[in-house]
Amino acid sequence: MKILTEHIDVPGIETIDVFCKHGGYQAVEKAIKKMTPDEVTEEVKKSGLRGRGGAGFPVGMKWSFLAKPEGVPRYLVCNADESEPGTFKDHYLMWKSPHTLIEGMIVSSFALGANTSYIYVRGELMYVIHILEKAIQEAYDKGYLGKNILGSGYDLDLYIQPGGGAYICGEETALLESLEGKRGNPRIKPPFPAVKGVWQCPTVVNNVESIAATSWIINHGGEAYAAIGVGRSTGTKLISASGHIRKPGVYEIPLGITVEDFIYSDEWCGGIRDGHKLKAVVAGGSSVPILSAEMILNTVDGEKRLMTYESLSDGGFATGTMLGSGGFIVMDETTCIVHNTLTFARFYHHESCGQCSPCREGTGWMDKVIYRIEHGKGRKEDIDLLVDVAKKIEGNTICPLGDAAAWPVAAAIRHFRDEFEWHIEHPELAIQPGAVYMRPGASWAQ
Amino acid sequence: MKVTIDNITLEVEQGTTIMQAARQIGPEIAPPAMCYYEPLKASGGKCRGCLVKVTAGSEKDPRPMPKLVPACLTQVQDGMIVENTINEEVLETRRGIVEFLLLNHPLDCPVCDQAGECHLQDFSFEHGVSNTRTAEERNTFEPTDLGPNIQLHMNRCILCYRCVYTADQITDGRVHGVMNRGDHAEISTYIGKAIDNDFSGNIIDVCPVGALTDKTYRFKSRVWFSKPVEAHCDCEKCSGQVTLWYKGDEVIRVTGRKNQWGEVKEFICNTCRFDRKKTAEWTIDGPTQISRHSVISANKYGANLIQPAFPISQAARDYKLINDDRDRSFLTDQIKLEAKK
Repeated sequence: MKILTEHIDVPGIETIDVFCKHGGYQAVEKAIKKMTPDEVTEEVKKSGLRGRGGAGFPVGMKWSFLAKPEGVPRYLVCNADESEPGTFKDHYLMWKSPHTLIEGMIVSSFALGANTSYIYVRGELMYVIHILEKAIQEAYDKGYLGKNILGSGYDLDLYIQPGGGAYICGEETALLESLEGKRGNPRIKPPFPAVKGVWQCPTVVNNVESIAATSWIINHGGEAYAAIGVGRSTGTKLISASGHIRKPGVYEIPLGITVEDFIYSDEWCGGIRDGHKLKAVVAGGSSVPILSAEMILNTVDGEKRLMTYESLSDGGFATGTMLGSGGFIVMDETTCIVHNTLTFARFYHHESCGQCSPCREGTGWMDKVIYRIEHGKGRKEDIDLLVDVAKKIEGNTICPLGDAAAWPVAAAIRHFRDEFEWHIEHPELAIQPGAVYMRPGASWAQ
Repeated sequence: MKVTIDNITLEVEQGTTIMQAARQIGPEIAPPAMCYYEPLKASGGKCRGCLVKVTAGSEKDPRPMPKLVPACLTQVQDGMIVENTINEEVLETRRGIVEFLLLNHPLDCPVCDQAGECHLQDFSFEHGVSNTRTAEERNTFEPTDLGPNIQLHMNRCILCYRCVYTADQITDGRVHGVMNRGDHAEISTYIGKAIDNDFSGNIIDVCPVGALTDKTYRFKSRVWFSKPVEAHCDCEKCSGQVTLWYKGDEVIRVTGRKNQWGEVKEFICNTCRFDRKKTAEWTIDGPTQISRHSVISANKYGANLIQPAFPISQAARDYKLINDDRDRSFLTDQIKLEAKK
């Protein structure tokens, strides 16, 4: 079942003519000509579509929270600042099929009553920005954007804003600050963006994938979308699979297939690379907890884990993880978890905005301690120190970056404590290039 | 509206924050504030030192809040129940915050001009722990001059953003801000420009630590050797209400008048602060009120009058309980060993 990537490999799909030939912009015609904004919102609510940026908050619900005071403009901002390590699905979608996003933007803006909308694209993706700008110009020429769209009296202007290259600008309030031209520091909530967002006006911030999915929902109805998937995880999800698998890439999966299927079946990842076996998986981008092979394939109850929001977080953080933004990083036996954790900790140290003290100092501290452990200078008390520092950052910061920095470190120690201990006890072995701790009884072969 | 903080209930007006309500009760209950500064708009929420536990959100919705909330920004609701010093989770978190703030802070209090009136000293003394767990090198910066009268020691800065808000809100032209990210972020002027306006000196007063120092006062004296006196003058730029700091007969420093919480009551101009350092230029109003347990009042009014505050006496009592290697003399060990023989 493919929704967003159905026509993605058609040559020339980035041009509006080819896109329209494959059913493009029908949702715009249907929504603007035949439906009211409230009906569109209702349809999205019915679909059960959940935010694809990481938190998984229902999109329709978010839209209905938008404050609608008289005489104040409302804004829709698309968060295309995808900078989570391991996640590259929005990049792929915007690069291959920019009109999918633009169509969704028009439908969503219409539902929210926004006359100006922004796409905040990560600054590193300059060539994607050029593709999007060309596509927006085509949409203007065809009359899908601008004044009086399709003769309905509804106006919409769509702008692209390149980011300055900061992970923190993917956080919605930091994104709005950056959009306004300020330093990308997260705002203190409340007030939430739904009440005071960009330019102090009510604003909805949604991920690229969430917005792109709305046009299919309008075309086929909310119920059809809700029929795909399991329970409260409806529809399809783009997963960016990377790491030691045979076929890395972006896959659109119907939510509800098993993790085992996703890793081993030839339709998706195609299994672990030859002669190796699965060791650990980071299921939703670098900030979600890492899980060992047994834990990711099965839940504690012995059931097969599914690719859904609920099943992946089954068991809380003790034995579960999160679907997050869908950055599926697979690691085989040759991966050193300490080194991997160091890479993540270093990233968050570099990207912390420095506004609130637990995150500013704590991320740097964790980075330095793990660096010492990795380079054979660890002390016995360092492991408990890391756990304690992570605990003191988590939940005490202004924005979720603190949590995102603390979770991977805490989870790596929770599930791979022996590996950290080995690094501290055998520094002479640990500093060898490519040194990896093997659990007793573990082997390289499959 | 009724709010209960640490089992003390009081009536406050709508729109009061937890911090303001706690301050109405008194300094024993008020959470520490490293970045919050009442005269400055939008300050607060950054240091996380004032995190408190809300065990009941309001009369209507008595659910507890899931996370600790910053007292300086959270407005009270009718029937809210807040736990500050009686909640172990809050105290544990605060210990962590002190640790984080001191992580890259040089412990150069013996040569720092702020020592004795430093908010970070008070905060770490009351809420911190006496031992350190870090073995890492601290981030360091070079001291820089911001104009002729102010020097910035970025090493000591805790990035509370107070000076940024001061420069934004009481002076014209935005030249003062934060550069870089994370723990390498630094306070800076726009590409090394000097801050050049009549009220720039106030950023020294708002600094909770010794990061921004008055170059006319640097290394002249320790705070506890000088004697504060309230004074005023006719100034065409500002109110002229200041505190003069005397060492002997000499005015060594001029600052704004501060309230109980270390907040400036009225901002003063640079002429008053840096240039008027003769008694003849001022009309003396009387001695400044200093809290009895402040180090500033030490050695001035008779030692037996000074009653240590509760946290200080507790810290003094607990100190002996800590097994600190530095307490144990290497000689005593040797004597014991010899006695055993």
